[in-house]
Amino acid sequence: MKRSLILWVPLAAYLVFLVVASLGLTQKNQTVIQSRMIGKPVPGIDLPAASAMAPALSTKQMADGKPRLLNVFASWCVPCAAEAPQLAQLAQRGVRIDGVAIRDARPDVDAFLQRNGNPFHRIGLDARSTLQFYLGSSGVPETFVIDGKGIIRYQHIGYIGPQDIDTILTKLREAGA
Amino acid sequence: MRPLFIFLSALMLAGPALAQTALPPAPYADRQLEDPAQEAKAMALMQTIRCLTCQSQSIADSNASMASDLRSEIRERIARGEEPEHIRAWLIERYGDWISYKPTADPILWPLWAAPLVLLGAGGVLAWSRIRHKKVRA
Repeated sequence: MKRSLILWVPLAAYLVFLVVASLGLTQKNQTVIQSRMIGKPVPGIDLPAASAMAPALSTKQMADGKPRLLNVFASWCVPCAAEAPQLAQLAQRGVRIDGVAIRDARPDVDAFLQRNGNPFHRIGLDARSTLQFYLGSSGVPETFVIDGKGIIRYQHIGYIGPQDIDTILTKLREAGA
Repeated sequence: MRPLFIFLSALMLAGPALAQTALPPAPYADRQLEDPAQEAKAMALMQTIRCLTCQSQSIADSNASMASDLRSEIRERIARGEEPEHIRAWLIERYGDWISYKPTADPILWPLWAAPLVLLGAGGVLAWSRIRHKKVRA
């Protein structure tokens, strides 16, 4: 009796394997990489000005009591142009937006701002993605909500659509705006 | 013949129109470190760091601009004397275990590490009992 039970063990093991494998295959592949820096202070880095239309950006000065958005963008990035109207709308509502232009050149950023408007208070030029690595950001565009103490509170990955404005404003309010 | 030649030369001179970025690559993105021992260290690390853009490639294999920036960052840090595992920890702190291809010893992986021992043990028990049965019969 006991021996015949043991004979079923390999089949049972195979069935367990089958269930685990089919669950793994049907699960949606994770392609969005959330930053682990949420809840931590913004890494302090000095960046030169990315454009003639906005002053340079230092992330060391972000603990000034005022919450803000830190928008990671680039002039060569198409979705970044698509989110420009939403950023303009946020800026109009009094949100302070600082920008980081990734792997960019000043004339290109100037042209980008002339084309799409300039919602930015300051823009830093991150020619070699350094700040991006420090932030745990994995692409453009991405937007971070920074509270008045310079702590990262929220990360929005991808472009900000009209449907995302409320979420962003709520997160800013939660951060003390 | 001549117009074709001019056309082909123009084609060769034209930059890739759909490049991700207009900037040239970072200094050590595609250049090896002068010290071969350091370069070997950097290369070993880069082969186990996952590219954020092309997610099934290591940064050593990827042409994405973020990967080349990260290669340069890693090479420069190694040149300054930073240890590869320190750089890996720095990246995991920002992107999670996801960025590293090197398996960790986290509790979730314990069954995986234990599997060879368990299987070997089970096989040993099976073989031992078989041999003993044979002896008894003989």
